[in-house]
Amino acid sequence: MMASQDNPLALVCELTHRCPLHCVYCSNPHELTARASELSTETWSSVFKQAAELGVLQADLTGGEPLARTDIVELIRAARAAGLYVSLITSGLPLDEAKLDSLLAAGLDHFQLSFQGSTEPVAEEISGTKAHAQKLRVLEWLKSPRIAVTLNFVLHRHNLHQIGEMLAIAESSSATRIEFANVQYYGWGFANRELLLPTRAQLDQFLLDVKAAEEHLRGKIRVEYVVPDYYAKYPKPCMGGWGRKVMLISPSGEALPCHAAAVIPGLRFENVKEKSLREIWESSEAFDKFRGESWMQEPCKSCDRRTQDFGGCRCQALLIASDASATDPVCSLSPNRTKVDAVLAEVQNPQTAPNVEFLYRTNPS
Amino acid sequence: MAIDPNSKPQLSPGVRLGESSNQRVLLMPERALRLLGPSLEIVQRCDGKHTVEQIVADLQKIYSKAEPHKVESDILGYLELLQNERALDFTA
Repeated sequence: MMASQDNPLALVCELTHRCPLHCVYCSNPHELTARASELSTETWSSVFKQAAELGVLQADLTGGEPLARTDIVELIRAARAAGLYVSLITSGLPLDEAKLDSLLAAGLDHFQLSFQGSTEPVAEEISGTKAHAQKLRVLEWLKSPRIAVTLNFVLHRHNLHQIGEMLAIAESSSATRIEFANVQYYGWGFANRELLLPTRAQLDQFLLDVKAAEEHLRGKIRVEYVVPDYYAKYPKPCMGGWGRKVMLISPSGEALPCHAAAVIPGLRFENVKEKSLREIWESSEAFDKFRGESWMQEPCKSCDRRTQDFGGCRCQALLIASDASATDPVCSLSPNRTKVDAVLAEVQNPQTAPNVEFLYRTNPS
Repeated sequence: MAIDPNSKPQLSPGVRLGESSNQRVLLMPERALRLLGPSLEIVQRCDGKHTVEQIVADLQKIYSKAEPHKVESDILGYLELLQNERALDFTA
């Protein structure tokens, strides 16, 4: 057991891997959980209670599409009854106004609606589904402010130029928060990386636009964004550090330190059907593996930034450097940074973009 | 944005008080702020009924040993922080 381990603050609940969308950067693993293996309402309710007792404040109900669970209203009620702040992270499909009202009546605190672009054609190319018009309908239903609303725009080469229109959608809605989330390159996103990475010129323009928006919307809409890490000088503090703040529960009940952790070979994940959340958090192999600093290599080991970024992302280290204990290769101090630079060099000229097609996310059985 | 002393701050939809390990926290999307002493006194008065001026007067009474101007500027600073977090709505 780690001495003086802090408690987790957020529980990311992947209620299902089923989803009406097929986004080419989905954060779900390639091997999706079948509906038959999903946790029951009762198990989730117990998980919410255990989480609150462990000190967790926030439950993020996500998926896949969490609305695909027929018991979503009961799950929201159970999470709220446990004392958690409940966020629904959704595509807005399948939803009608009556269902939305029942989610709110069950105690939902925060509705986070994902957007794949500011127009139907761009959004459809990315998600493989016609969903944009439905999202705009959902915003209409949310118009009288009853709940916190976040619009989450996932950004990449094909929609970065739409930021002005995205802001206009947010400003005409009741949203109090807008997230510009640059695609992260794991799983499906990694498979489509060369088609999704923005150019440096696009990114520079985005940064000017987003800073202006932040100023213009101050006090009205909170604007949040992160520079895509391939273009950053130092890595992101992934998940706020491995096993430090966040616990993720997969649809079948596996407890993971992050969305992508299953790609790391040799890690064994405990299941909430067999162990308590506290046991898993305090003394499981997977959560202990990259906690603290003892696993670090140089240049992280002696770097002053190791207490700020915790060595960056373990999954990215595995994907790019083939070593989950290596310094995150996006770090300018990493000996593997040249591999990231080589990928970036390839995508700078959109005219010479690789002639391949998107790999769309599939659906579980 | 300057804060109008006659306006009445109120927690925005989806922002509420919670408790964890016997500590009061302000819960909002992706954030939780620990509320201790003065910050709790301020947030408890963000109910859409107290004006900013009244909140200042109340806290100047509670913290009567502190310099009144300092209390006022601390409160305005904290309300502005909450406003930037988009945790407050101000009504006339």
